[in-house]
Amino acid sequence: MSNITPQTSQNDAMRYSALSILANGLRGNRGWTPAWREPEPKAEYDVVVVGAGHGLATAYYLAKEYGLRNIAVIERSYLGSGNIGRNTTIVRSNYLLPGNVPFYELSMKLWEGLEQDLNYNAMVSQRGVINLFHSDPQRDAYARRGNAMRLHGIDAELLDVEAMRAMAPMLDFDNARFPIKGGLLQRRGGTVRHDAVVWGYGRAADARGVDIVQNCEVTGITVEAGRAVGVETNRGPIRAKKVALAVAGNSSQVAAMAGLRLPIETHVLQAFVTEGIKPFLDHVVTFGAGHFYVSQSDKGGLVFGGDLDGYNSYAQRGNLPVVEDVCEGGMALMPAIGRLRLLRSWGGLMDMSMDGSPIIDRTPVQGLYLNAGWCYGGFKATPASGLCFAHLIARDEPHPVATAYRLDRFASGRVIDEKGMGAQPNLH
Amino acid sequence: MRIRCPYCGERGLEEFTYRGDATVTRPETLDQTAEAAWVDYVYLRDNPAGPHREHWYHGAGCHAWLVVTRDVRTHEILGVELAGGPA
Amino acid sequence: MTIGTPTDQPSRLAFGGLIDRRLPLRFRFDDLELTGYAGDTLASALIANDVKLVGRSFKYHRPRGILTAGSEEPNALVELRAGPRREPNTRATTIELYDGLAADSQNRWPSLRHDLLAVNQLAAPFLGAGFYYKTFMWPAAFWEKVYEPAIRRAAGLGRAATAADPDPYEKAFAFCDVLVIGGGPAGLAAALAAGRAGARVILCDEDFLAGGRLNAERRGVGDKPAYAWAAEAVAELAAMPDVTLMPRTTVYGVYDGGTYAAIERVGDHLPVPAPHTPRQRNWKIVAKRTVLAAGAIERPIVFGGNDRPGVMLAGAVRTYLNRFAAAPGRRAVVFANNDEAAATTADLAAAGVVVAAVVDTRRDVPAATREAAKAAGALLVAEGRIVEAKGGRRGVRSALIRNRDGRDMHLACDLIAVSGGWSPTIQLTSHLGAKPMWDEARAAQLPGALPPGMAVAGAAAGDFGLGSCLAEGHAAGADAAEALGHDRSSGAAPVADDEPAGLAPYWHVKDSAGKAFVDFQNDVSVSDVALAVRDGFRIAEHLKRYTTLGMATDQGKTGNTAGMAVLAEATARPVAEVGMTTFRPPYVPVAIGAFAGHHRGKAFRPTRLAPSHAWAAERGAVFVETGNWLRAQWYPEAGETDWLESVTREVKGTRERVGVCDVSTLGKIDVQGPDAGTFLDRVYANTFSTLPVGKARYGLMLREDGFVLDDGTTARLGEEHYFMTTTTANAVKVMQHLEYCHQVIWPDLDVQMVSVTEQWAQYAIAGPKARAVVAALLDPSQDVSNEAFPYLAAGPVTVCGGVAGRLYRLSFSGELAYEIGVPARYGDALIRAIMTAGAPHGIVPYGTEALGVMRIEKGHPAGNELNGQTTAHDLGFGKLLSKKKDFIGRFMAARPALTDPGRTTLVGVKPVEPGARLRGGAHFVPRDATVSSENDQGYLTSVAFSPELGHWIGLGFLANGPERYGEVIRAADPLRSADVMVEVCAPCFIDPEGARLRV
Repeated sequence: MSNITPQTSQNDAMRYSALSILANGLRGNRGWTPAWREPEPKAEYDVVVVGAGHGLATAYYLAKEYGLRNIAVIERSYLGSGNIGRNTTIVRSNYLLPGNVPFYELSMKLWEGLEQDLNYNAMVSQRGVINLFHSDPQRDAYARRGNAMRLHGIDAELLDVEAMRAMAPMLDFDNARFPIKGGLLQRRGGTVRHDAVVWGYGRAADARGVDIVQNCEVTGITVEAGRAVGVETNRGPIRAKKVALAVAGNSSQVAAMAGLRLPIETHVLQAFVTEGIKPFLDHVVTFGAGHFYVSQSDKGGLVFGGDLDGYNSYAQRGNLPVVEDVCEGGMALMPAIGRLRLLRSWGGLMDMSMDGSPIIDRTPVQGLYLNAGWCYGGFKATPASGLCFAHLIARDEPHPVATAYRLDRFASGRVIDEKGMGAQPNLH
Repeated sequence: MRIRCPYCGERGLEEFTYRGDATVTRPETLDQTAEAAWVDYVYLRDNPAGPHREHWYHGAGCHAWLVVTRDVRTHEILGVELAGGPA
Repeated sequence: MTIGTPTDQPSRLAFGGLIDRRLPLRFRFDDLELTGYAGDTLASALIANDVKLVGRSFKYHRPRGILTAGSEEPNALVELRAGPRREPNTRATTIELYDGLAADSQNRWPSLRHDLLAVNQLAAPFLGAGFYYKTFMWPAAFWEKVYEPAIRRAAGLGRAATAADPDPYEKAFAFCDVLVIGGGPAGLAAALAAGRAGARVILCDEDFLAGGRLNAERRGVGDKPAYAWAAEAVAELAAMPDVTLMPRTTVYGVYDGGTYAAIERVGDHLPVPAPHTPRQRNWKIVAKRTVLAAGAIERPIVFGGNDRPGVMLAGAVRTYLNRFAAAPGRRAVVFANNDEAAATTADLAAAGVVVAAVVDTRRDVPAATREAAKAAGALLVAEGRIVEAKGGRRGVRSALIRNRDGRDMHLACDLIAVSGGWSPTIQLTSHLGAKPMWDEARAAQLPGALPPGMAVAGAAAGDFGLGSCLAEGHAAGADAAEALGHDRSSGAAPVADDEPAGLAPYWHVKDSAGKAFVDFQNDVSVSDVALAVRDGFRIAEHLKRYTTLGMATDQGKTGNTAGMAVLAEATARPVAEVGMTTFRPPYVPVAIGAFAGHHRGKAFRPTRLAPSHAWAAERGAVFVETGNWLRAQWYPEAGETDWLESVTREVKGTRERVGVCDVSTLGKIDVQGPDAGTFLDRVYANTFSTLPVGKARYGLMLREDGFVLDDGTTARLGEEHYFMTTTTANAVKVMQHLEYCHQVIWPDLDVQMVSVTEQWAQYAIAGPKARAVVAALLDPSQDVSNEAFPYLAAGPVTVCGGVAGRLYRLSFSGELAYEIGVPARYGDALIRAIMTAGAPHGIVPYGTEALGVMRIEKGHPAGNELNGQTTAHDLGFGKLLSKKKDFIGRFMAARPALTDPGRTTLVGVKPVEPGARLRGGAHFVPRDATVSSENDQGYLTSVAFSPELGHWIGLGFLANGPERYGEVIRAADPLRSADVMVEVCAPCFIDPEGARLRV
């Protein structure tokens, strides 16, 4: 921990543990100190990361793994105000295509060690993720996926209907429009408390000297002689040797400040939580035929979602047809939840790419790096996205598990299209 | 959201299917020099945060493709016309 | 003492209230058998029966009672009903009492009175905000095994039902000129004004009795008691033909285009819904104008022990006294920072409740409060505060009161009526994204920008006086009607006095003793807010997420404002600067069943039945879901025990004699017009304009990105008339695509298209005897000889005595085959006729399994191969791509990445061991290579047991496939531990020359 700068050494003393809770509790909890500083932005940094979602993880790994010192994360609103704080908290690495599988598995491995690494309990809960199938062709498609995972050394199990019944007795096995024939299970998948991921990365990055600047909105990207040299913000200009964008649904807007046009549309995805109930569902269940997925939070609410609303939107909210569609899927899957109440709905801005897979790449503007196109799968990617983006920024070459996430793959046709939907973002 | 279909009148969102940006145009030429134009057409989008001209399909109604101008920050619909020109 | 007899409803007042004492209702709460009256809520009936302890809190399992009289209730949550109708977390304050009602307390074990998890209270110093983020990390594996299960069991609230909800739900639509949200004084006045002007009005009110606080206050409107005026207003509205009153209906969401979502509780006040009515109805109301008259929600002052049963909002106290004739206590202390103190004291005294003290936080207590205290014989403590409510699980026993000099007094009481002022109910104004604004004078959030067409009136706008509510409501209703072109004939506004407000903001008692709660249900105390601030969570959204303030089932309706005020104080900022967390739909929690409506169980999605369905069902067919279609999968015969046995028989019967299969589910699109041929040339990769009339051709369709979209056969029935078929799965998608291509890209083409999938029943008749069967079906003098009607011929025919149909010589099975189409209404008759005509030839009906076997034997790609990830090159169709014309996908399909020989391409495989079974989804790995991702060279898409070959066969995609015929590779299936060595071959196993097709 020798690289901790003096201004943040307070956090070293504030290591979280059962003991620190006990000691502080006995002293009236007056000894705690802020999880991160609220610094004024400096005039210049080595790297300015825009966006405090994946950007926090990026900055953390830049400092921890790549030894950079002079880093700022700037965020137009509050820490974690974007998609990292408005998702359904699912983590998994049950991907199909070779361009994706190793990346998401790296992310899963990072999740598995995250809490100890960050000294923050993000409630990584490896409760298992199940994809249901309802027909022989769907079973074969999931077998293809499960075998792809196994070939990459990732856990995957194909369950028959009896095994499903034992694991998730609340599902409708007897009166379903699309009878459940089985499921693909990844036991290591599960959920993570999303806000804690934000705070854990924020606190750990701060402890390594990263300046986290909230309420700092980028209004321009300063390009000199074809090279990005800083950003304009509502809190003044900030020079940077490298500028890294990780702004999800606002990617097109910010990239346009440097004259770039992206293979991305911004869409709204709604998510939902019910009132809290006693333990009801122990796993994450994905009901593809009903466009519905669900898990139960530790607080007791069922957290669920479904399809995109389907239209471009920057409004962070959606409309009723999708709410109904999603709840229909929920009732079809678990008819006992009819009287359970939906408590809250929210919407996030999804950076839907043209093939449904992300971009972690340099841009035609030197010194400007892009991390975007996460569609609605960005949360589970957070650790690997941060690490691979940090690698790219520090080394100017892609991380070995992220070589497929090139910006030019759309022009070349080397797309990574997990769902086979083609160049229409709202179908991914 | 409610869209005023030129044929059917104002109808609810559930009757329509969205496709995307209506400002991109299909290149006329198959010449290799048009590669950038094709990549533009198929893959690249302005994705503006403001008024957006976009294609919607009235699949549960008259099957017309519409060009809807909509502010994607507020979902306010600013205009609707038939994709194929006036009715 | 006017309180009733001790045994029966001991706290029921002897007189008054809007309850029907002629209709006693029996109900059960836990082990208590009790009685209330029609017009009661469960909460008012519990109060009338002196039941104070109703629930346990979320984290500390502290005893909780009833705080409010409305849907904002954070504490009094119960499990209502039992069995499959069990409804957790139901607010006792909104449950309309019915005879036989049964409710149970929740989140306690073993009982409400003795809850063992109350031990959490002892550990409270260590369970502060966010404690769990700081521990439970070691050892890592303990989270799932030890910590999380314990947390999950302790958390949650009620228990969901475990069987399907038996009650029905409906979705409904309504349209109106003016939607009035809320049936209190402002809402009734607005509806009257708009209705009298002739507007179409819908009035939604959450309560079962319209009137809002008119029913809860001893006030007057004009010369009438307020409740009587409300009843008259309702009667007048009910008599207006264009006014719809919707009681028991909460508007819970605002959506785009003037769409309001509302939930109507149609049958919740009954033991079970009435016959042929739903439990609830989920409305989408489209309104041209809206008047939000949702009133306001009273907020507590935060002080030590403020969560104990017996601490109740002052307005709720008056509601229980005046509307329900139920006394929430016998000896009360009133604690307020505003003039609610006066009315509350007076109403308590009038009901015979002893008011021990009026504790007013204000320095200068107004005359009205002083006089009320004096009249009630109550001690007035000016500029005082309650530092602690003391008591046990039965509730408050005394109040520790501190006066302005810091002197304490201890007063016995069983009720503390508290008012910290009112927060306007503005949630709906924010659902489209607008931020509320803090109003310093009213110490409340007021609406910011409003949704289009919305006006806010009365308490929701921060104008709390009754006179203002009536006047504003009237004006808003009249304005809305006028804006829509109605005359301003709304009559005079109803008149009442404005009661004084006199609010002096006072949020929490800083020298509280004991835990002082900001958010009751989630157990967030003032010290939690302080701790969160020390941990750095100073932004409202951070505070919320860190402490869970405002995240409980009440979404902070009572607690959020105080929470933000405490945060402001802790961070030395004005409240306005702290801001507010975001309001999101729904305003009140809404049953998931109501969103689903009838779309559940078998009715989740429509079931499409093929024309032969009834006939197939008669034969005992096994059906399979393919998309929304239900198709016959196979037709078991007596004695067959295994699907493979049946399918093998069907395949053999077809290949050896003749079989029939319903193929009506294929998408069918009729394309007509002078430019039809040109159009098809542009949407298909191959050419159709040169197809002769009377012929059919296989067609391949690409997406514009160059990948394969769909395939099918299209026949030319006339110079300007084509008949296209698509795959079953892509029928809708292709139709939409064609219309896009026509209307958007090539509107100049003179062509029209229409989906006729439902209009035609179509059967494939395949096998060596197919011609004889078809000939027997056709009306005489129609020649189906190979010469007259060769392979790929197509044209009109008449069958079965004059039924106009169409005949196509197409084959998916590889046999001599026809498809015969008739209008769908003849579909059932035709399958029976086919079976009759085929009987002499040993015809066998076959289902989708046999269809699949035969297409795999022939190497035809289907859904598993047309998966959206494959190119024409991958499928071996590279040569189909025309070089002579533009077509959708042509330019992009030519990119090197899509034609790279290293791409995986379609091959056939057969097991090296003839008896080995293949499984779809296995991956291809070189024979002697490690089974790992580096050696992953493709995968097996479709498999079948070939009766003709006597072994399993498969189709799949393999890198450099065509160069590897004869090579033995591994079909690796670690998932099922079922690796099989297979030999690569061409993807056609039977009759590769196609001789059988052409006989």
